[in-house]
Amino acid sequence: MSNIDKATVAKIARLARIKIADDKLEPLAGELNNILGWVEQLDEVNTDDIQPMSSVVDVKLRWRDDKVTDGDKQESVLKNAPRGEYGFFAVPKVIE
Amino acid sequence: MSDLTKLSIAEARDLLKKGELSARELAEAHVAAVHAAESLNAYIAKTPEMALEMADKADARIKAGGQKGMTGIPVGIKDLFATKGVHTQACSHILDGFKPEYESTVSQKLWDDGAVMLGKLNMDEFAMGSSNETSYYGPVKNPWRAKGSNNDFVPGGSSGGSVASVAGYCAMGATASDTGGSIRQPAAFTGTFGIKPTYGRCSRYGMVAFASSLDQAGTITRDVRDGAIMLESISGFDTKDSTSVDIPVPNFEAALTGDIRGMKIGIPKEYHLDGMPAEIEALWQQGIEWMKAAGAEIVNISLPHTKYALPTYYIVAPAEASSNLARYDGVRYGLRELVEGGGLADMYEATRAAGFGDEVKRRIMIGTYVLSAGYYDAYYLKAQKVRQLISNDFKEAFGKVDAILTPTAPSAAFAFGEKSDDPIAMYLNDVFTVPASLAGIPGSSVPAGLDANGLPLGLQILGKAWDEETVFKVSGVLEEAAAFKAKPEEWWR
Repeated sequence: MSNIDKATVAKIARLARIKIADDKLEPLAGELNNILGWVEQLDEVNTDDIQPMSSVVDVKLRWRDDKVTDGDKQESVLKNAPRGEYGFFAVPKVIE
Repeated sequence: MSDLTKLSIAEARDLLKKGELSARELAEAHVAAVHAAESLNAYIAKTPEMALEMADKADARIKAGGQKGMTGIPVGIKDLFATKGVHTQACSHILDGFKPEYESTVSQKLWDDGAVMLGKLNMDEFAMGSSNETSYYGPVKNPWRAKGSNNDFVPGGSSGGSVASVAGYCAMGATASDTGGSIRQPAAFTGTFGIKPTYGRCSRYGMVAFASSLDQAGTITRDVRDGAIMLESISGFDTKDSTSVDIPVPNFEAALTGDIRGMKIGIPKEYHLDGMPAEIEALWQQGIEWMKAAGAEIVNISLPHTKYALPTYYIVAPAEASSNLARYDGVRYGLRELVEGGGLADMYEATRAAGFGDEVKRRIMIGTYVLSAGYYDAYYLKAQKVRQLISNDFKEAFGKVDAILTPTAPSAAFAFGEKSDDPIAMYLNDVFTVPASLAGIPGSSVPAGLDANGLPLGLQILGKAWDEETVFKVSGVLEEAAAFKAKPEEWWR
């Protein structure tokens, strides 16, 4: 089923926002094909009437009150930012 | 007293209680041991001043009569637990310089009980690895060496620093995390006891996320009793984690009765692998004999979807990782790489290219692919269905047995570089641990013997969801029967 070529790797890299040098696309395609080829043994398993797992243990997700319990931490939030300005995260200009 | 670093947590607790030992002395001995064990590369950040300060507080608390199991006990914290103001990077370059403004619930619970922090422990980058070779801070060395050899071995992973610090006497216990075997496999490789509790037993708040439906905190200690004491400290409901479960935490130490008479122990036939070393098969057989001798009944069981656990894991875990790791974009914390004349998207791509190691990139790419339009049903949905079948296998088995006994890993510790060029060979290390992670059930690894080279081997005990007590009880009996007394030569001191 899987046949990942160079162009597909470039597309996935773009979706994942990871810059990958042109000369690395081909080797990466090989690695991904190996791994995906191996996982495709799952096709042998009959899962016709099986619901996909949605909760790891048998518990219902609990509800909580819709209340603000945290906040007002601008300084803390920005503390680790590579660049902050005027109380905001600063990034390079975006011109579309 | 001779060497304080050789005490168990339970022994230290009792001496502290009697006033025959101070937390300060214990902390000083461990700070020195951490310093001396540089060559293991287990610690990537040391906090000696904090350790001594916390020890003094622990001494005051013990004097005031407020001692808990972990009060005054020096521990190491795996680098993926957020520790306020202290290095927290999950051993990735992309979190360069990150010092959280908050504390993880697991570490906070230890500090609330009066434990003492020695520093942050090395691990595979974002917990993605089985040998600790993917860490940005370099590999950890296994304190164990083969008989008559000076060659180094991997400590297992991803909790490589956790096991090396405990086996190397530079922590009495360590926090660890398990996504597919990252507690149990390294415990087996280093002759330590590792326990991963039921998914939802420990809060994931403040734990750097890898695969949210699999990640679960646990502990590494030198024996089963210490594991019971430490796991109890870090367990419990937390409103800050929506998957944390609100049920009482039992006294795990009280479960160590040594009595498993009449208990039914399951032996899954699918865990006999072709090509598995004969000594692992033999150790498993020995484990069965020990269980019988202790009065347990051995029941042969089948977990028919076992062989599909690894491929299932290698869809589910990368898919969740690709989503969780999307947050590392150079905007809010950590590394930022700018491209001359480039815009925001260029910054994202350059930052992530520079900040993630090869294995992390590989898994993000796989995850992104299996979640991408047109492939979601074929891969991710299929895997979640097979995962349900794996979970059903365990449910059915636990209708007949109280616990399951298997080997922990298909080999002993291996040499550096031996498997790092072949992702699938590396993944196969987790063949016995991944099924329980997928099913969310508790599991331990108990040191049970040595291989022909003198390297440790472990046996795994699996229990029903929320029944860590049985896992501890059976582990305790196994530990006593195995009487594992071997110690590594202390070449690193």
